[in-house]
Amino acid sequence: MSRSTLFAALAASHFLAAGALADTTLLNVSYDPTRELYQEFNAAFAKHWKAKTGETVTVRQSHGGAGKQARAVIDGLEADVVTLALAYDIDAIAEKAKLFPADWQKRLPHNASPYTSTIVFLVRKGNPKNIKDWNDLVKPGIGVITPNPKTSGGARWNYLAAWAYALKQPGGSDATAKDFVARLFANVPVLDSGARGSTTTFVERGIGDVLLAWENEAYLAVKELGPDKVEIVVPSLSILAEPPVTLVDKNADKHGTRKVAEAYLNHLYSEEGQDIAGKHYYRPIDKKVAAKYAKTFAPVKLITIDEVFGGWQKAQQAHFADGGSFDQIYKPGGK
Amino acid sequence: MTSSRRFHVLPGFGLSLGFTLAYLSLIVLIPLSAVFLKSATLTATQFIEVITAPRVVASFKLSFGASLAAAAINAVFGLMLAWCLVRYRFPGKRLIDALVDLPFALPTAVAGIALTALYAPNGWIGARLAEYGIKVAFTPTGILIALIFIGLPFIVRTVQPILDDLEPELEEAAASLGAHRWQTVRQVVLPLLAPALLTGFALAFARAVGEYGSVIFIAGNMPLVSEIAPLMIVTRLEQYDYAGATAIAAAMLVISFLLLLAINVLQGWSKKGKR
Repeated sequence: MSRSTLFAALAASHFLAAGALADTTLLNVSYDPTRELYQEFNAAFAKHWKAKTGETVTVRQSHGGAGKQARAVIDGLEADVVTLALAYDIDAIAEKAKLFPADWQKRLPHNASPYTSTIVFLVRKGNPKNIKDWNDLVKPGIGVITPNPKTSGGARWNYLAAWAYALKQPGGSDATAKDFVARLFANVPVLDSGARGSTTTFVERGIGDVLLAWENEAYLAVKELGPDKVEIVVPSLSILAEPPVTLVDKNADKHGTRKVAEAYLNHLYSEEGQDIAGKHYYRPIDKKVAAKYAKTFAPVKLITIDEVFGGWQKAQQAHFADGGSFDQIYKPGGK
Repeated sequence: MTSSRRFHVLPGFGLSLGFTLAYLSLIVLIPLSAVFLKSATLTATQFIEVITAPRVVASFKLSFGASLAAAAINAVFGLMLAWCLVRYRFPGKRLIDALVDLPFALPTAVAGIALTALYAPNGWIGARLAEYGIKVAFTPTGILIALIFIGLPFIVRTVQPILDDLEPELEEAAASLGAHRWQTVRQVVLPLLAPALLTGFALAFARAVGEYGSVIFIAGNMPLVSEIAPLMIVTRLEQYDYAGATAIAAAMLVISFLLLLAINVLQGWSKKGKR
């Protein structure tokens, strides 16, 4: 009660009350850029489920910033499954609301991430500033657009990718990485609160020379705007972004939807699910399907959160919590 | 329900007071006390640490400073607008009158995006200003403009009815007693308008302090420069730090309350001065 009133007092805009759920209705709480992906996938799954069991299933979707969505589930939005941008947000649900076990990420193959993505650069047509790799971003006179890692899950991937790049350079250390990232952020003129906001700033407002973006968002931007306006640059090294999925056990059990919810998530790993992911510019993990999309996705050396940063919990603490490396970059007079 | 000890001309005093208190508690006091309760899970040192962090302090200065400035600017130009709408007749007057309310009706995010599009360096106005090296969008100036936009109707709508009631005879009397136009405005009209003007100022200010949607797009959100206090609360929430978020919220509430109280006291004085 106190939490929900509090939430109303602070956010005042969450009218996503979980209404009466029929037996064969699933609620998938996801983040912003998966809207189109899940629209297509939900229709495909409903068809698949109908053919297999004869039951009709409707999947409802809810989209928003990943952190906001996780908080909505913590505060009582009755999601049957969550499909968010990073494990940290799903960890938060496990930790704060205890709706599913803490080892949720081990329950499905491939870190519970049926598709992956990475961070690439979106530059203006013809790449006038000749931006090829991360070290071009810290040059004077380059405007870099990225959302604020404090408020955007996607921006945390950007930040960590830059950090990892500096770390992997000859003589790289935490100190040189921090210096590199500080110089990069000195080139950032606007910190939007979310990824779509940054895309708007870069594309519509014409600010900056390069946008750090998820690969799928970058492709979407090129598709929407036409290749005559922007183009994608793939850096020499980037980070493997794994947007994970999980069943929300307590909600699904309450709704009696565990079986169909599990089938829904498993279907993401099927050939059909993988193909839909690839179509929406997420990298499929299935080798056969991935081969089909090999032309779309440039080969890039990918490092993982686990090997470089020791997992999301540690990365969050070291970099984005209060007093973390991001706060240190923006200390008064700290530049 | 007539009071036994004292007679009131209007019946239902007890009932209506009881209802008022219950309603206020439900709508205002309980949600607000939840903020304080939640922030009470922090120790005093933690609380102080949260609200004195350099970024938070910078955001307080910006939010309250820009809100006061926006309300002050609106007080001047809103008064002019109201004056114009009440005292003169011109074609399209109704239309302009209706336009004043639009900032109320528009979803704030839409206003924010529209203003950003206008004032961005490649926007209609932004491009002209950029020629002179003036940047508006993504600077504190942009925040000020967004706050002026959302605050305007408050001043106009509070001052307008008072101006409507203000009989021109008063001004004519002042003139016939030998007052200059400027003297009439300063010594007759303004004192009568002051309470309403202050109410409008307080409303516009309060609204601006809490504004998020329209500001967030035009602010640029650079730490220590253009981060507003509500953004600092959202930042905390993104880290699942409910207590920290409510600490900043509680501090904002207290500052806002004190400022509004001061305005109310000022209003009391201006009313007394009138009589």
